Amino acid sequence: MDKILRVNMSDLSVKTEEVPAAWAGLGGRALTSTVVAAEVPPTCHPLGPYNKMVFAPGLLSGTAASNSGRMSFGTKSPLTFGIKESNAGGVSAQMFAKMGIKALIIEGLPKDPDKWYSIAINKDGATISEESELIGKGNFAVVEALQARLGKKIGVITLGPAGEMKMLTANISVKDPESHLRSHGRGGVGAVMGSKKVKFISIDDKDAPGVQIADPEKFKAASKIFSKTLVDHPVSGQGLPTYGTNVLVNILNEAGGLPTRNFTFGQYEFHDKVSGEFMHDRIVERGGKPKHGCHAGCLIQCSQIYNDKDGKYLTSGFEYETVWALGANAMIQELDDIAEADNIMDDLGMDSIETSVMFGVAMEAGVLPWGDGKGVVRLLKEEIGKGTPLGRILGGGTEHVGITYGVTRVPVVKHQAIPAYDPRSVKGIGITYATSTMGADHTSGYTIATNILGVGGHVDPLKKDGQVDLSRNLQIATAAVDSTGMCIFIAFPALDIPECLPALIDMINARFGIALTGDDVVNLGKYVLKTEHKFNLDAGMTNLDDRLPEFFEQPVLPHNAVWDFSGEEIDAFWNF
Amino acid sequence: MRIKVKLFANFRDGRFSIEDQEYPPGTRIADIVKKLGIEPEEIGIILLESKHAEPEQELTDGANLALFPLLGGG
Repeated sequence: MDKILRVNMSDLSVKTEEVPAAWAGLGGRALTSTVVAAEVPPTCHPLGPYNKMVFAPGLLSGTAASNSGRMSFGTKSPLTFGIKESNAGGVSAQMFAKMGIKALIIEGLPKDPDKWYSIAINKDGATISEESELIGKGNFAVVEALQARLGKKIGVITLGPAGEMKMLTANISVKDPESHLRSHGRGGVGAVMGSKKVKFISIDDKDAPGVQIADPEKFKAASKIFSKTLVDHPVSGQGLPTYGTNVLVNILNEAGGLPTRNFTFGQYEFHDKVSGEFMHDRIVERGGKPKHGCHAGCLIQCSQIYNDKDGKYLTSGFEYETVWALGANAMIQELDDIAEADNIMDDLGMDSIETSVMFGVAMEAGVLPWGDGKGVVRLLKEEIGKGTPLGRILGGGTEHVGITYGVTRVPVVKHQAIPAYDPRSVKGIGITYATSTMGADHTSGYTIATNILGVGGHVDPLKKDGQVDLSRNLQIATAAVDSTGMCIFIAFPALDIPECLPALIDMINARFGIALTGDDVVNLGKYVLKTEHKFNLDAGMTNLDDRLPEFFEQPVLPHNAVWDFSGEEIDAFWNF
Repeated sequence: MRIKVKLFANFRDGRFSIEDQEYPPGTRIADIVKKLGIEPEEIGIILLESKHAEPEQELTDGANLALFPLLGGG
């Protein structure tokens, strides 16, 4: 039987609860956002006693469905002060699902502010222990020590030093199949875990009952069709496995939408030195792995292992957004410096988007010179990692640094850093940044697919026509996909191959013995967005929070594009 | 006329990254794709002067053309 694990840090108690009927058909983002909306007062302080942490595997996690190993994490974000869902790969989602854990809810605050704790989860439930040995340690050391303590097979969800210090750049990290790290990255979620004084969660799924499939034959047939669409589509079957997400550097540069020098230009002179093509060749030359999955059962394998010049592991999960932010936007030309920074951010437990975009603002402020890769590495290690006063300011993220130094070009929406696509020259993504319940978040309605990549048709990125509808449709679909445990990259085949989405729905139906239709799935996506939107409004946000910063009214080369949507046009997003 | 042709991802394999090439007046994008030995269905994105373009588009002297296979990321 599925269950909810509820851990109370105030009295250090643990309860195993039945799944309420209203939550039974939900998973992933739909469940985390439902729990947060139901149990967290919207106006509460995100680091205070009333906020909660919710982990939920997706509806298909733990099954043999390809790419279904994503775990959703939900909370009230201390960065945006709105609702947050951040999903990650790694081993934890499948382990939770196999143990029948529908959600883990962590609530309350410990009475003794000087003590740290860990939570151990197995098939029988959860236990809380006091932890001292690993406090202050980086994420890689935590994973290594726990594997020595508890065995190589355990799952780990860990909080780095940035989270211990409750920095708004802090993420929550998850062990992946090769004992490296994936992240619940955005929104300062690590600060919430730090406020609850939980250093790590260890997961042991020994003797777990496994996921029961209501109709195994139907599931198998649908799963086969679904997997075939992933392999057949050129993006998920070929482009992503070969070049990773970083192939986008050259595409966005060519399209004039690659934010450069803290969003001053749309193209970067040295784009080729940080491109996906260059990275692929270097990985192969140094004996790394161009293909790598973030969770077992991933067919797309967009991750990679990037080695240093001596052939030793330097980083993995080296994404376009990180390379863009430190490459073009902070103008660092040496990919090895960016890779080293990426690895340190993994170890400290920092969102590599928020932190890297912050460095662009810090450079504009004169904290360090443009393009100073060694300086970024030094600031990460010596200031942020050690929690010096400067480190605390930088660790507060993009907006904090902008406020502290009086910079006006601060790329954030709802206080969260804008990722790797200039909304002036790719207008659909600007609507997503403005309206997403998450703050600026490219993944919540990835219009780049249709604006730039020619997936799911084409909507001209430089014109306003059709962008609100495009973003709305993608945000609804994404909210539904985020509830299944599926990686969002299944959207590429789903947008182009007619058999993909029906096969996904058939798998859900076969898993639970239900009869969802396409309309039901769309309605699930709408329900998720509306639930999240209501939470944000109840937390004090208004439609005026759905706006981009003023500096986007200034034209950006090469198209001299400006952000010219009226407030009324943006607000039409919510007409559904 | 001179056309700056840029290739990306696996289109570079056995070809080039960037070249200035001579073509007769009236050349369309599709003609260049054919000359490069790229199958039309392999083309994912065509950017001409940083804007999306169709294969039938005729080029003018000094044009800046970028060809990509179907790619994605995020």
